[in-house]
Amino acid sequence: MKILICISKTPDTTAKIAFTNNNTKFAAEGVQWIINPYDEWYALVRAIELKEKDPSTVLHLVTVGGADTEPIIRKALALGGDEAIRVNLDSSDSFSVAAQIAEIARQGYYDLVFTGKETIDYNGSSIGGMVAELLDLPYISLATHFELNGTKATVVREIEGGEETDEVLLPVVVSCQKGMAEQRIPNMKGIMGARTKPLKVVEPVAITPLTSVVAFELPPAKAGVKMVSPDDPAELIRLLHEEAKVF
Amino acid sequence: MSVLVYIDHSEGHFKKASLEALSYGAKLASQLGVTAEALLLGTVSEDLASLGAYGAVKVHQVGQESLNQLDAGRYARLVAEAVKATGATVVVIANNLCGKAVAPRLSARLKAALVAGAVALPDTSKGFVVKKNVYSGKAFAHVSLDTAIKIIALNPNAYPVSKGEGKAEVSALNVAVDPSKVTVLSTTQASGQVPLTEAEIVVSGGRGLKGPENWGMIEELAKLLGAATACSRPVADAHWRPHNEHVGQTGIAIAPNLYIAIGISGAIQHLAGVNRSKVIVVINKDPEAPFFKAADYGIAGDAFEVVPKMIEAVKKLKGMA
Repeated sequence: MKILICISKTPDTTAKIAFTNNNTKFAAEGVQWIINPYDEWYALVRAIELKEKDPSTVLHLVTVGGADTEPIIRKALALGGDEAIRVNLDSSDSFSVAAQIAEIARQGYYDLVFTGKETIDYNGSSIGGMVAELLDLPYISLATHFELNGTKATVVREIEGGEETDEVLLPVVVSCQKGMAEQRIPNMKGIMGARTKPLKVVEPVAITPLTSVVAFELPPAKAGVKMVSPDDPAELIRLLHEEAKVF
Repeated sequence: MSVLVYIDHSEGHFKKASLEALSYGAKLASQLGVTAEALLLGTVSEDLASLGAYGAVKVHQVGQESLNQLDAGRYARLVAEAVKATGATVVVIANNLCGKAVAPRLSARLKAALVAGAVALPDTSKGFVVKKNVYSGKAFAHVSLDTAIKIIALNPNAYPVSKGEGKAEVSALNVAVDPSKVTVLSTTQASGQVPLTEAEIVVSGGRGLKGPENWGMIEELAKLLGAATACSRPVADAHWRPHNEHVGQTGIAIAPNLYIAIGISGAIQHLAGVNRSKVIVVINKDPEAPFFKAADYGIAGDAFEVVPKMIEAVKKLKGMA
């Protein structure tokens, strides 16, 4: 069993979001970077669990990004995984990123490709679906449980107001979310071991981006909270009805 | 030339998010001087011609019952066929669970630019630029779609449904449907409830409610307001409420017109899932709770005293008491 796990670098959840260069560039100074939580907690940890069950499983991590993503890749390798591949391309276009991952997947003959359900910066939810299409593989999105069953996988995915259990033949692309696994903290052995694990850097294949970001914008600041006395909740209901007009 | 709007459905009914997408698509079509057409895969109990009232001139259907089950690969192939058949230059799809599965595949298949999570109509004054949510609701990006065919995945509750008069012409789209690669073994669904992502009002409870036995008042308030119920992560993790009610960064991200948070302190991870709500109300015993900073209205008070009084006031407003 060979699994490819897609890893992305994102600003920490609590990072202050601001932009520079006339609102065209994320203000990265002083920002702490993390592994995109969905990639780490759900996709990577679930893959590690599968390897713990079957030690012959091979885990490859792939990231598309510049050299500044390497600390994140080492952190991911400290959690688990056998080796990592970095495609040397910095792009905000989902299709360009997905096409690079598809190229790696094509060369590596993986049984499974795991992604997080979305990144917490671009919120595109697009990489998994695009990779699946480029490889002509089935795609299960927003999975909450995943079990291997010989040459098949049983996957539970979220549907509106409930869940659906699917069975699909491998290979398959799965986007992972809460429920797949529990967050882990890397231990010292993992951190030491990660330093010597192979991290291969490959140059990107030529892809024409489909989109480009013209500018960023911050939402207008909130006017501030209007406090209502706890003795008069009826006043709150009046304000919601007459002022905010939400019902 | 047309704008093709994908219509998602469940339990025989059009999804509200898709009616929003159709209203958006019709407005965009008139902006571009073309017509809006709709595409439905599978079968519904509603009258397809009624989509005319939302601006569709034509409705294309691939009416096989097996298509009522989502298979992203199969759907993307069929939508791509419909794009070809209609000569559509823009595809609009709701950015709900179905859209998130299908739109990226369609984008890769057609090599067509996708904006996932659009919140406004395109700016066509210079190119084709669409505003979308980024950084988990903390910012917007204006994304230029640089290909001849463009795909817009519209966030639910970002564009109002606009209903007028009119009937659409309904026709069957004649395409081959291959068997699904995904076998559905079982489905569990709480039917008859307002889906969280489509709800206009959401009433949400947190740890401050002390235990699952105290959710009666949350449910009563929600029912009176026609709202969906939600909860914070600790509540779902403690199994006080089902996981599909968990809103926040790791749960579901929502953008209702009104979000009422009761007994939730407002951790940044929770805010990431609800900060796109148009109006936020916070009820919390602790006047220092961080959530008040993100709120529009607040009451610093005991939920067990405040919420029953809110229920009384809503009943009075609705002429029920």
